[in-house]
Amino acid sequence: MRLTLHVWRQQGPRTKGRLVRYQMDNVDHEMSMLECLDVLNEELIGKGDEPIAFEHDCREGICGSCGFMINGVAHGPARATTVCQLTMRNFKDGDSLTIEPWRASAFPLIKDLVVDRRSFDRIVASGGYISVSTGNAPDANAILVPKDIADRAMDAAACIGCGACVAACPNASAALFTGAKISHLGVLPQGQPERHLRALSMVAQANLEGFGGCTNIGECTAVCPKEIPLEVIARMNRDYIAAALSQRDAEVNTIRPFTEWSTGSKLVNDPHATS
Amino acid sequence: MELNSRLPTGPIETAWDNTKFEMKLVNPANKRKYSVLVVGSGLAGGAAAATLGELGYNVNCFCFQDSPRRAHSIAAQGGINAAKNYQNDGDSIFRLFYDTVKGGDFRAREANVYRLAQISLEIIDQCAAQGVPFAREYGGALTNRSFGGAQVSRTFYARGQTGQQLLLGAYQALERQVQAGRVAMFPRTEMLDLIVIDGRARGIVTRNLVTGEIDTHLADAVVLATGGYGNVYYLSTNAKGSNVTASWRAHKRGALFANPCFTQIHPTCIPVSGDYQSKLTLMSESLRNDGRIWVPLKKGDTRQPGQIPENERDYYLERRYPSFGNLVPRDVASRNAKHVCDEGRGVGPGGLGVYLDFSDSIHRLGEKVIAERYGNLFDMYQRITGENPYQVPMRIYPAIHYTMGGLWVDYHLMSTIPGLFVLGEANFSDHGANRLGASALMQGLSDGYFVIPFTLGNYIAGAKLEKVDRSHPEIRNAEACVQQTVDKLLNIKGKRTVDSFHRQLGKIVWDYCGMSRNARGLESAAEQIRELREEYWTNVNVPGSGADLNQSLEKATRVADFFELAELMCIDARERNESCGGHFREEYQTEDGEALRNDEQYSYVAAWGYRGYGNPWDLVKEPLEFHYVHPSQRSYK
Repeated sequence: MRLTLHVWRQQGPRTKGRLVRYQMDNVDHEMSMLECLDVLNEELIGKGDEPIAFEHDCREGICGSCGFMINGVAHGPARATTVCQLTMRNFKDGDSLTIEPWRASAFPLIKDLVVDRRSFDRIVASGGYISVSTGNAPDANAILVPKDIADRAMDAAACIGCGACVAACPNASAALFTGAKISHLGVLPQGQPERHLRALSMVAQANLEGFGGCTNIGECTAVCPKEIPLEVIARMNRDYIAAALSQRDAEVNTIRPFTEWSTGSKLVNDPHATS
Repeated sequence: MELNSRLPTGPIETAWDNTKFEMKLVNPANKRKYSVLVVGSGLAGGAAAATLGELGYNVNCFCFQDSPRRAHSIAAQGGINAAKNYQNDGDSIFRLFYDTVKGGDFRAREANVYRLAQISLEIIDQCAAQGVPFAREYGGALTNRSFGGAQVSRTFYARGQTGQQLLLGAYQALERQVQAGRVAMFPRTEMLDLIVIDGRARGIVTRNLVTGEIDTHLADAVVLATGGYGNVYYLSTNAKGSNVTASWRAHKRGALFANPCFTQIHPTCIPVSGDYQSKLTLMSESLRNDGRIWVPLKKGDTRQPGQIPENERDYYLERRYPSFGNLVPRDVASRNAKHVCDEGRGVGPGGLGVYLDFSDSIHRLGEKVIAERYGNLFDMYQRITGENPYQVPMRIYPAIHYTMGGLWVDYHLMSTIPGLFVLGEANFSDHGANRLGASALMQGLSDGYFVIPFTLGNYIAGAKLEKVDRSHPEIRNAEACVQQTVDKLLNIKGKRTVDSFHRQLGKIVWDYCGMSRNARGLESAAEQIRELREEYWTNVNVPGSGADLNQSLEKATRVADFFELAELMCIDARERNESCGGHFREEYQTEDGEALRNDEQYSYVAAWGYRGYGNPWDLVKEPLEFHYVHPSQRSYK
């Protein structure tokens, strides 16, 4: 089939970007969206142009690397599908696709369709864990977890951290991502001791990164490739409100956001640098 | 060169405990004076970086992805083995050890495997405490599933996303240490050389994939946890970025590379659909618990599967291996699939596929139970193929999945370069010639959480490490080498893309050093690889510059290393005149077509030393001894 792609090309964070039109005459239905870009890139290299930079790795929909907007929808038209598993069967001959990167100030652009999502890592670092150092654990069956609770935790833990929720949200909110981790750990018995401090810290970090607030629109869950339910945001809000009271004297963990890539940036959070 | 594998003496049951007791310790207050570089952030690297950080070392952790959470461990589906015997079905540490040594076709070290089986218990405890949402019974206890190569149910799982959940556990532990200031994380940073000073690993040269900066990081020890090299075949189940570069550069600096020809073909992957195909998608082996594998009895039968009556189907695994049936180990299942397809009984386009049929299980258990067990895998299959596996059987075909070979390490997981440790899939140590399902996650976490914290401390406590000056000529030299390679690739400006070379290389390796191999083919393959490599260095086209994000350049440096590795794989496969595990030499098979091992002559680890490009590698042999599991012909009949 024939497709027309309009792809966002931008050399770097400080240069101006634009949509560039590419005509593809021989797209196979069985291809994935990324394989379609592979074919286009081989053509571009052959013509002496630079290929389109896009993020990808596992191509099985689990690593969370890939993702871009297709005609304004994060990860394109198929429900619960990342672009690496979006087959071209979802389009028809003559379609025109506009392909753009995630756009959010907390995801600065690096090149073409590639953005910097380290802000997500920092949200996790601020409290998205259970503090149990290696060797501390009791026998696994010493902590019983009812099946429905384990299932609920797993539903939230399935998040792949791709950032589609942020890109789809008119507020560029990271509430679904943050809420998913808060819910995963917060419903489990192992996660109870730090439940409230975790909510406070992670929400504070998300705010610090420049993600917007949640206004219950629900675009995030609609585009989420893992169908993380909106209920995780409700859980986050509940834990956050409870924490505001119970943890009012607590010191919240946050990390200074940074966007530089130069290796000099290691000095920012690496007091020991190298020997 | 003599290899000292530092194997423990005494009874195997207490060997690891005794070794730990004999190890030197680093005083808690002194740990903060030492620094460690961990390259790779998957199960092995992430677990190691987190644990070393918790202990108090200064850790710098590197990954080429944009976040440590993307490491390819995340894609493991089925589960993780542990000898907990929660099912009361006769499992024990010894049985897991026995199954793993046998499954590896007697080409792994007994002491390493025993330790792995012991540690398996602690791993499950640790992960459950971290909040990994393992599958549970209604009463809240952990549940298990069966996996290939075992007759007990010892596999713990989190739906079809076990690797993801275990990796997120390690990632969260790692980020906790980032927050605590004990670990500094360097994403989008690729290791391109190893710095060896006075015979010890003291640092790495990296390229920042965003800015192109080439930089050196120095430390007291270096840990490589950079995964396997399955992408040498181009089409594999590995992530597109998975590569051998870090291991290979260490190899070129003196680390021996062991058993490179031991690669694993996974029997259940979605068949190839076209030339544009960029990777192969795995369907978890756990599907074989409830799916039955068959092909039509007659050659060239083009009827739809539903129209083929029961008595015209050949459930060939159940027929040939009545006691293990569809749960034979991966190598056996893969070879049999290839065999029936070679006979012309394959199904689907091109005849390269066999059916994996769930209709009996759906009939017996109901669609709801099957959906609960495999729902996400069925959805994935349908997304990719457009077919509904609840109604028509899946089509599957084997694909490269895992590499048992890797950098040679001793019992302490140290390579032949003192101070360079290698963990997880990147080393060669625990799986012999074939890995059993659900053992990779176990090994990665065992190495990272529970082995390296002891053995690295022992090394640091025993080594007198002088401070290294940044102006040391070795550092200048390594940095210059990296810069030269980058510049050279950018300046060839030839006619062919990196991918076109990689595809061609992968086809050669798959055809001659894949599921079955023979001496003539391997010799011809080595020759073809050398020729193609010559062309690569004169005719590759790498667009763009070295000063910003350049994905073509990243691929180009990785493919350059795959060429050299591919040649060594063929040499190793040619040299091993026997069939064992994933290494099947057509010349060496039993009358009914099973692998024929030669324990008299080949019961050893083949460790290869690099002597410069164009020179033959040195082969160093580490003999294998079996005191607990007597080598026998593997039988799953």
